[in-house]
Amino acid sequence: MSQLLDDDQRIIEFDVRTDEMLVNMGPQHPSTHGVLRLVLRTDGEIVSEMEPHIGYLHRCAEKIGENLTARQWIPYTDRMDYLAAMNMNLGWSLAVEKLLRYEVSEKARHLRVLIAELNRIASHLVGMGAYGLDLGTFSPFLYAFREREKILDLFEEACGARLTYSYITVGGLTADLPPGWLERCEQFLDQFEPVIREYHTLLTTNAIFVKRTAGIGVLSPEMAIDYGCTGPVLRGSGVDIDLRRDGESIYTAMYDGYAFEVAVMKDGHYPRDHEYPAVPTDAVLGDCWHRFFVRMLEVVQSMDLVRQAIDRYSQCKGPLGEPLKLAEKLPAGDAYLETECPKGQMGFYLVSEGAAIPWRVRARSSSFSNLAVAPELCRGCLIADVPAVVGSLDIVMGEIDR
Amino acid sequence: MQGSDFVGQLEAAVPGAVVGQTMEAIDPWLEIAPEKLLETCRWLKESCGIKFDGLQCITAVDWCEPDPKKAAKVSWEPHTELVYHLWSTASRASLVLKTKLPRWQNDEPGQIPEVASVTSVWRGADWHEREVYDLSGVNFVGHPDLRRILCPEDWEGYPLRKDYVMPLEYHGMRGR
Repeated sequence: MSQLLDDDQRIIEFDVRTDEMLVNMGPQHPSTHGVLRLVLRTDGEIVSEMEPHIGYLHRCAEKIGENLTARQWIPYTDRMDYLAAMNMNLGWSLAVEKLLRYEVSEKARHLRVLIAELNRIASHLVGMGAYGLDLGTFSPFLYAFREREKILDLFEEACGARLTYSYITVGGLTADLPPGWLERCEQFLDQFEPVIREYHTLLTTNAIFVKRTAGIGVLSPEMAIDYGCTGPVLRGSGVDIDLRRDGESIYTAMYDGYAFEVAVMKDGHYPRDHEYPAVPTDAVLGDCWHRFFVRMLEVVQSMDLVRQAIDRYSQCKGPLGEPLKLAEKLPAGDAYLETECPKGQMGFYLVSEGAAIPWRVRARSSSFSNLAVAPELCRGCLIADVPAVVGSLDIVMGEIDR
Repeated sequence: MQGSDFVGQLEAAVPGAVVGQTMEAIDPWLEIAPEKLLETCRWLKESCGIKFDGLQCITAVDWCEPDPKKAAKVSWEPHTELVYHLWSTASRASLVLKTKLPRWQNDEPGQIPEVASVTSVWRGADWHEREVYDLSGVNFVGHPDLRRILCPEDWEGYPLRKDYVMPLEYHGMRGR
C-alpha cells in the first residue's frame, strides 16, 4: 500500500470507503437529451454502475406502421430522430423502394442528397450546441442555433415545416424547390463556412472543454462493434465505416459521383482538406473529444456535399417525378436497409405479404445501440463525467423509444 | 457472397443448422433451426471466413392465426419468426438469419416461446433481445437481465403481437 501511495496521490482519496448510494438522474434532467433516466450507483464521486431506463417516449411507431400504408408512415419517421427528420424520411423511403425495386429520377436523387446533407449539418449543430450545454457552457448553443435557424428557414421554404418535414417520400419528394432557393442556400453556405472557425475556438480547442472531454469515456473499436455502435461514435473510435461509401448499392448509388472523404482518423491523421485544429495531446482515440470532433468534421464534409449537390441538381434538366401513390401495393417479401444518418446507422425493415399495408415494420435505431454502450463507458468515471459521456454519444430519445 | 459454398461450410461446422434458404429474395436469408441458433451465431462470428462481428437488428414477426374468413387465402402456418440481421465490419457483407418459433410454447396461450440468447456472442444483443421480449413476447434463455425495456415493468401482454388488445385503462389513466 505504501508503494502505491507514493506512486499515485489519488489512491488516498479513493481508498476512503463510503456507503454506496443510488443516485437518480432524470427523467427530465437537462443534460440527458430528452426523457432519459439514469440510475447511478455511486461510491462517493465515483460511478460504479450506471443503468439507463428508457421508454418514456415510446409511441408504438412500429405498431402504427402495421396499420398504415408505406407512404402514410412517413410522418411517423419524422418523429423518430426529430433533429434529422429528412434523413429518417430518406431511410424509410429507400427501404420501401428497395422492396419495390424502384429507382427515383436523377433530379430527385440529387435533391435528396442536398436535403439530407443539409439536415445532417443541422443535426450536428444541435449535437454540438447541446454538448456544450451538458458541459456547462451556454454560448456555443446559441451560436449553433443561430446557424441552424437558417437551415430550418430553408427547409420551411421548401416544404412548409420546420421540424417534421415529410419532404422526402416513397418514390421521390413531395415537391420541387421554390424559385431562388438554391441561391439562398448558397448564400447560407458562404455565410456558414467562416463561422465554423468560431465553433472551434468556442469548443474544440477550448482548454476547459478539452479538459472535460479528452481521455474521458474511451470506447475501444472492438467494444464499439460488439455493441453495434455506429456513426460518429464508431468513427470516433477509429473504425473506418461510413454507409454513404460502404453501404448497400441502392444507398451508395445516391452518392455516385460525389467526392467526399470519410471523417475518421487514419494513421493518426484526420482528412486534411480543410483547416482543422490539431488534436489535443491529452485526447485518446475513442474518447468524448474524438466523437465530438468527428461531428465537427462532418459538418464541413456535408457542406461540401451540399455544394456538389447544388451543382448537379441545377444541371438536371428532366422532371423531378411524382412520388408513388399513397396506397401503392407492396410485393410480398421483406427488405432491410440501413442508411447513414447523423446519429449513426438507422435501419428500416419491412415485411409485406402483398398488400399496401406492410405486415411488419421495424426501425433499428442507431441511438438505441449507441446508448447501450454508455454503462460500459461510465463504469468507474466521476459523476460529473456522466453528462460528458452521454452527451458525446449524441442520442435522441425519440429515436430510441420510437 | 452468400452461395452454396458458404452454406456448405456452415452445414459442416454446425450440422443440422440450416433448414431452409431463399437465395432469390431481395435480402437472401437462411433459415436456422432454433436449437442450433446460438451455435450458428458463434460460428458466424468467431470461426467463419467472413467474421460477422456486428449484429444490426433482431426483429420478431408475428404470423398470427388468420381470421377464419381469410384462412383459405393465407399461405403461412401460425408462428413467430425471429429475423437476425448480421454484418461484417471488415468486408461489409451482410447476412440474414431467420428462425421459426411457435407462437406459444407447447401451444399453451400465455406461455411465451423460448430461444437461446445470443448476448454471449454479441453484447449489443442485450437491449435488442429485451425489446423483442417486451414487445413480441419471446423468452431468450441465458439472457443476463431479461426485463421489459420500452413498456413499464408492470405492463401486460406483448403489443407487437397481432392479437394484442389494447388495455382501456392503465393505473387509472383512460386510454381512449
